[in-house]
Amino acid sequence: MATAAGPPTANGFHYADWEDRYYHVDQVLDRPGPRTDPDSFMAGAAVKNFLRDKCKILVIGAGGLGCEILANLALSGFKDIHVIDMDTIDISNLNRQFLFRPKDVGQPKATIAAEYIMKRVPGVTVTPYYGKIQDKDDDYYMQFNLVICGLDSVEARRWINATLVNLVDRENPESLKPLIDGGTEGRDLSFRYHVAPHRSEGFKGQARVILPTITSCYECSLDMLNKPTVFPICTIANTPRLPEHCIEWASVLEWPRVKGETKLDTDDPDHIQWVYDVALKRAEEFKIEGVTWSLTHGVVKNIIPAIASTNAIIAASCCNEAFKIATSSAACLNNYFMLIGTDSVYSYTFEHEKRDDCPVCGGESLEISIPESWTVERLIEMLVERQDIQIKKPSLSTPTKHIYFQAPPQLETAMRPNLEKKVSELVPEGGDVIVTASTLPFNLSLRITYT
Amino acid sequence: MIKIWSMKKNEEAAAKKKPKTSAAQIRVQKDLTELDLPSTMVTHFPDPADLLNFTLTITPDEGMYKGGAFIFSFVINMNYPHEPPKVKCTQTIYHPNVDLEGNVCLNILREDWKPVLNLNSVMVGLQYLFLEPNADDPLNKDAAEELRRNREQFMYNVKHSMRGGYVKGVQYANVLA
Repeated sequence: MATAAGPPTANGFHYADWEDRYYHVDQVLDRPGPRTDPDSFMAGAAVKNFLRDKCKILVIGAGGLGCEILANLALSGFKDIHVIDMDTIDISNLNRQFLFRPKDVGQPKATIAAEYIMKRVPGVTVTPYYGKIQDKDDDYYMQFNLVICGLDSVEARRWINATLVNLVDRENPESLKPLIDGGTEGRDLSFRYHVAPHRSEGFKGQARVILPTITSCYECSLDMLNKPTVFPICTIANTPRLPEHCIEWASVLEWPRVKGETKLDTDDPDHIQWVYDVALKRAEEFKIEGVTWSLTHGVVKNIIPAIASTNAIIAASCCNEAFKIATSSAACLNNYFMLIGTDSVYSYTFEHEKRDDCPVCGGESLEISIPESWTVERLIEMLVERQDIQIKKPSLSTPTKHIYFQAPPQLETAMRPNLEKKVSELVPEGGDVIVTASTLPFNLSLRITYT
Repeated sequence: MIKIWSMKKNEEAAAKKKPKTSAAQIRVQKDLTELDLPSTMVTHFPDPADLLNFTLTITPDEGMYKGGAFIFSFVINMNYPHEPPKVKCTQTIYHPNVDLEGNVCLNILREDWKPVLNLNSVMVGLQYLFLEPNADDPLNKDAAEELRRNREQFMYNVKHSMRGGYVKGVQYANVLA
């Protein structure tokens, strides 16, 4: 039985799902089972249509994890995939980022990965964006049903996490976008008693499911991250013992001293060469062995060894969660899976708890209605007086400007004239005010309306 | 698609739509407005609207650096408090834990930084360096050597350097307040 031709795909071909294309996946989707959710699982055509025709998924990162994730999603039946990556392909990526070939070196990862997947898996549309996640606004993120991250940066993760938490609008269920976060850079939260041997990061990884505002978010676990290796600056300056000390000396101390305002560009081979030459000279002086060009490159770019199979395990786990969430065919991960491959194979799944004082998803939020004539001073009085808030010495700001700070003295003086102003001159109707005070665990946000 | 909305335990949780201020910004606001500095430390914001770039002036009222005004620049990035603030001394000063480029050897600025620390801890740590210069973590090796070998001579060098004098062929900045 041939099915009707589908819509034209981005690479210009009409396709048809051939018979039994998804035979194996359909075993899971054609009938309910003991683990399917009776309220949301719609066996047969409904769930298959959603997965293959409606579900729009965003993949952030097209590197080690991203390549695996894109391939897995395409092969499990997701057909509308978007991918963002700000990097271009480096020759050192080719050992594990299997969507790339030597001829692609220098090209954007997102674009090449998208082309490869579309060529290899007919009927799948992959829309690439070569740039930063910060370039895109809320409307862009709003179009997706699901987001999967395969990132190597804490900063980018914090940004997308905060963006998706902020997107949640209680009037609109569609605004809640599950975030699946994979990581293999060995920076996952480690239990205090788990001793991490050096240079074993490549065997560790984690996958987690974040349901913004419902489960713990990325920021909730931020202070449990493993620290990157940092050497004391006096050791670097005076008593180097490791090749890394020499490289840090060259990049942290010598570069700014010699080059002044010129920033060290870790993507510029000439810059790396300069650091390497300087580090090597210092290593010879202190009779330290092991300074190589590739170690220099690794240390200044903070590259952590990546192992293809660890990426494969983590990416597979992320994609299984995406499939389960999109289809309701089984319960999804609740909510943190960690893989520790350093001592044989160990994994542990647990529920990471939401933090009440999380700066992104925690904290109190209040809607308050005040007379339009109220001054900032009057608002502060009310905050101090109200029994249910009970804060001392609140400092106020909006997302774009500072309203009143209790300290430091210079800022207090500069902002004092605001006390006399009407709140309505500084904050629009429905606008937000962020309140911090030593008596609050983190902050309180107010949504102001006027009477 | 799973029905996440029904997982909402109550409407209360859904009301927590937060304003679009980054966690780093809120944290800096919290740190700055709760600073509890002695009269020996003053912050200065060249642009009061920019909380991420400012200076701290330390004027020790005791110890061998008494009488000087030492100015440090603070640069905070959007990954704060995951990353520590970048702190440098803006003057060339004679101090065992500060090099001629203004780099500071203070453990909590690098290897011992934790997100639970705050700007207050960093500032108090910096002031401590002027009360108790530490010869064991040298960045200015000559100064550290002098402190260890001959404390009297070191104290003389400090006084001399603070007036803008030369010590071992290096001219230091006049930092007298």
